[in-house]
Amino acid sequence: MAEFLQFAFSGLTVGAIYALVALGFALIYNASHVINFAQGEFVTIGGMATVALMTGGGLPLLLAIPAAVMITALVGLALEKFAVEPAIGRPGGASVVTIIIITIGASIFIRGVVQVTLGKDFHRLPAFSGEAPIDILGARLQPQSLWVLGVTLLVVAALWWFFGRTRFGKAMLATSHNRLAAQLVGIDTRLVLLASFGLSAALGGLAGILTAPITLTKYDIGIMLGLKGFAAAILGGLGSGPGAIVGGIALGLAEALAAGYISSAYKDAVAFIIILVVLFVRPSGLLGGRSTERV
Amino acid sequence: MRRLLDARTGGLLALALIIALLPLILPNKFYYDVAIKTALNALVCVGLNLLIGYAGQISLGHAGFFALGGYASAVLTARYQWNGFAAMAVGMAGVGLLAFIVARPILRLRGHYLAMATLGLGIIIAIVLNREIPITGGPDGMTVPALRLGEWRLIGTTTWYWISGGVLLIAVWLALNLIDSGVGRALRALHGSEVAAETVGIDTTRYKVLIFVISAVFASLAGSLFAHAERFITPTEAGFMRSIEFVTMVVLGGMASTYGAVVGAAILTVLPQLLTKLHDYEHLAFGAVLILVMIFMPKGLVPTLQNRLRHLVGGQPR
Amino acid sequence: MNKRNFLRTAAALVALGALGIAGAQAQQGPIKIGSFLAVTGPASFLGDPEAKTLRLYVDMVNKAGGVNGRQLQAVIYDSAGDARQAVTFARRLIEEDKVDIIVGGSTTGETMAVVPVVEEAQIPFISLAGANVIVEPVKKWVFKMPHSDRMAVEKIYEDMKKNGKTKAAVLGGSGGFDQSCRKEAKDLASRYGITVIADETYAPTDTDMTVQLTKIKNTPGVEGIVGCGFGAPTAITARNYRQLGMQNIQFYFNHGVGSQQFIDGAGGGAEGMRVPVAALLVANQLAGNDPQKKVAEDYTRAYRAANNNEAVSTFGGHMYDGFMIAIEAMKRAGGTDKAKVRDEIEKTKGFVGADGIYNMSATDHMGLTLDSFKMVEVRNNTWKLLY
Repeated sequence: MAEFLQFAFSGLTVGAIYALVALGFALIYNASHVINFAQGEFVTIGGMATVALMTGGGLPLLLAIPAAVMITALVGLALEKFAVEPAIGRPGGASVVTIIIITIGASIFIRGVVQVTLGKDFHRLPAFSGEAPIDILGARLQPQSLWVLGVTLLVVAALWWFFGRTRFGKAMLATSHNRLAAQLVGIDTRLVLLASFGLSAALGGLAGILTAPITLTKYDIGIMLGLKGFAAAILGGLGSGPGAIVGGIALGLAEALAAGYISSAYKDAVAFIIILVVLFVRPSGLLGGRSTERV
Repeated sequence: MRRLLDARTGGLLALALIIALLPLILPNKFYYDVAIKTALNALVCVGLNLLIGYAGQISLGHAGFFALGGYASAVLTARYQWNGFAAMAVGMAGVGLLAFIVARPILRLRGHYLAMATLGLGIIIAIVLNREIPITGGPDGMTVPALRLGEWRLIGTTTWYWISGGVLLIAVWLALNLIDSGVGRALRALHGSEVAAETVGIDTTRYKVLIFVISAVFASLAGSLFAHAERFITPTEAGFMRSIEFVTMVVLGGMASTYGAVVGAAILTVLPQLLTKLHDYEHLAFGAVLILVMIFMPKGLVPTLQNRLRHLVGGQPR
Repeated sequence: MNKRNFLRTAAALVALGALGIAGAQAQQGPIKIGSFLAVTGPASFLGDPEAKTLRLYVDMVNKAGGVNGRQLQAVIYDSAGDARQAVTFARRLIEEDKVDIIVGGSTTGETMAVVPVVEEAQIPFISLAGANVIVEPVKKWVFKMPHSDRMAVEKIYEDMKKNGKTKAAVLGGSGGFDQSCRKEAKDLASRYGITVIADETYAPTDTDMTVQLTKIKNTPGVEGIVGCGFGAPTAITARNYRQLGMQNIQFYFNHGVGSQQFIDGAGGGAEGMRVPVAALLVANQLAGNDPQKKVAEDYTRAYRAANNNEAVSTFGGHMYDGFMIAIEAMKRAGGTDKAKVRDEIEKTKGFVGADGIYNMSATDHMGLTLDSFKMVEVRNNTWKLLY
């Protein structure tokens, strides 16, 4: 029992990180049908910027966190403004492949910038409330894991409120359902697109900061997190918020349990095997709706 | 004479000429090596272009097929003393079969789901190659014996330059023929709108599967040749970044343009060799180039330049 | 960056696609030392200090008048730890840059991929990578610097034996460096009367090792854990090791963690862990009469002064040794004739380097023994020399 619980804690913590990244994918996808392959790099920026602000800038953790989230959000806005918008704003729009390559180019670029400015070393942030592990039924949990899980819940609640209760949130939701119709009723879809990148970047940055005390942070930590987050988003059904959360947690748990009870050698493959099987059986993900193509 | 001037034959002739004359200006083995890599990357891209440019399907996992071909050659010749050509053929058949088996379920998917499925397939292949150390040598890779033609050992950069150049030429010719055939017309219809193509009675899935298998076999062949030319192979060849490289080459050169695929492969094989002098700024510069080209030349280099050229001579842009 | 050189290369490479003229001429200019290193990528913790060290010492030697009256020039390429790129760059160093010697190859994978190229080109090559396969069997033109992973495991098993521990668990990443160490750990165990009763793996990108450690913790009888790895995963492992309260099982890491970064990243989790490392890491704790003390201290001082007080790692030390052995051999050979330099490298005797004292021979192209490996323990967030 203690063993299972230990695996579950590990899976939940890692799963929550995947979920936050997947949520970022979902937000942008909803607003623009763009898959942002630089999503993982937002995680990198969040963590690395906090480290830089604390060690280089001498800021206390409490100030460094909001500053780093803001920096990440700005990077997200810049990405939309200078790389994505010029491509999809063109008459005729841009193909899926073009956008994929632009965002992959952006991820390589961002990694390059972080590497040149902040170095290639890995860094650690201090845990928010100490390092002393908590004993639960024989399994031991890092207090930081509670922070990750707690903030993930808060974020989900905040997003639910934002999309359900605020005018702008509803506008974003409307855009995701039907872009043209949204434009017709006077929604500034370009602003929605811009906001989705800012919001999604902020989410990624936050994930990077929360997890840096557990996973450490490094200029290239975003690559695998981005891919797993993408897998989680697809697993849950692209564009579905609850789907992203469920997908992320499910992948995290599956990886931990597979490593624990089967073999740790193929742990990394678990996420991708699951995703292939799910796609073969249910091509639109676990919680995704079926879509039809307009001729 | 007229036939000589049409784009297809003319292009083939030009490509043959470039391959034949290039050695005159290649100063040393290093440049031959880059040229070989260019040709083999181009071989993958010519196949991948059929899939991306004509069938309108994306694959983020072609490096997996490339590496499988390479490892089939490496493992069968090194560990089981097979003849290199037999190993190569078995690799191509095996990869073709794998592609065929996964194609149906995968190609039902659209857009980003397809991207995810092919990406996942590629990553799983990479992980297997990394983990099965007794067979593949694991992350450190393995040495590959020389390819033998009777008593003749095919080694040396000049030999491999001619081999890879020749194979590329044949591949381009095959691809061009395919595009001009009934399959090609069906594909173009498919690229426009799948549903529309289906309503006029085209079995879209059959064609998609066919093209997927062909492009995978091209990649496998390139992988086998690469393994023998370099005499060494590592699982990095199957990696996600390598798959991205292939797709980028196709898109950069110009989707739905066979020569574009070749040009894209040439640029993206040579460019990193130039950027390496920038040391730490290499990745930054590479990322920036990708973004800029996609923003300013979304159709890719070759079609964009072709259009400009037509404008210049006063013809109608297509 | 050499701008003229860049332009020349650019021109030549453009020629691949169209017409152009490439100028490749050998002249009696500087002595060229070529290097391909994992400056970026997962093994950047190896390649980065190695590149910095090479640049630093080329400068220092040039200021002191060069070698045989000629200046030195370093040509460094970033292989990102990828064997394929390493091969390309090795060819480029040999054919295009026409270097006189190659000192580089941060990882075993890169090194092994390049071996056929340098053997064919007949150019001396000093590798900075760990595995024994590089010099066993001996290859005519290939030498290697640091202690091998086998020696690291031997040192660990000696320590376990001394403390009466016979049941080991192995935990390592799936990368080449880690795999090689894990293989040695399993192969050598019986020779020390040790049995390996648990074996766990993680991916280099993994961010949590509690699952693997829990399995080891729940395997009854484990007395020592042999950790094989480097970089962020090792620091995370150390954190999880403490989180799970496993301090009653002695944890050993191989020499991949030989940097202050590991201790800092572990956030206190590394306390009590033991690591076999080169003397360089504990230079200030060496006995006054230790022959390596001066070398290690001088290197540390120079490196820190040139790199914003960055802490030294043992990896930069490998480059120091390789570079020094190379130029010493050139001095003895009185020039850069490749065959003569190779012979002189093979004759290296009693060279005191950062990694130990090198005595090479026709049958030993590494030249180090187990005694120059030190066993250290992490105490109060720093390395404490045990013996």
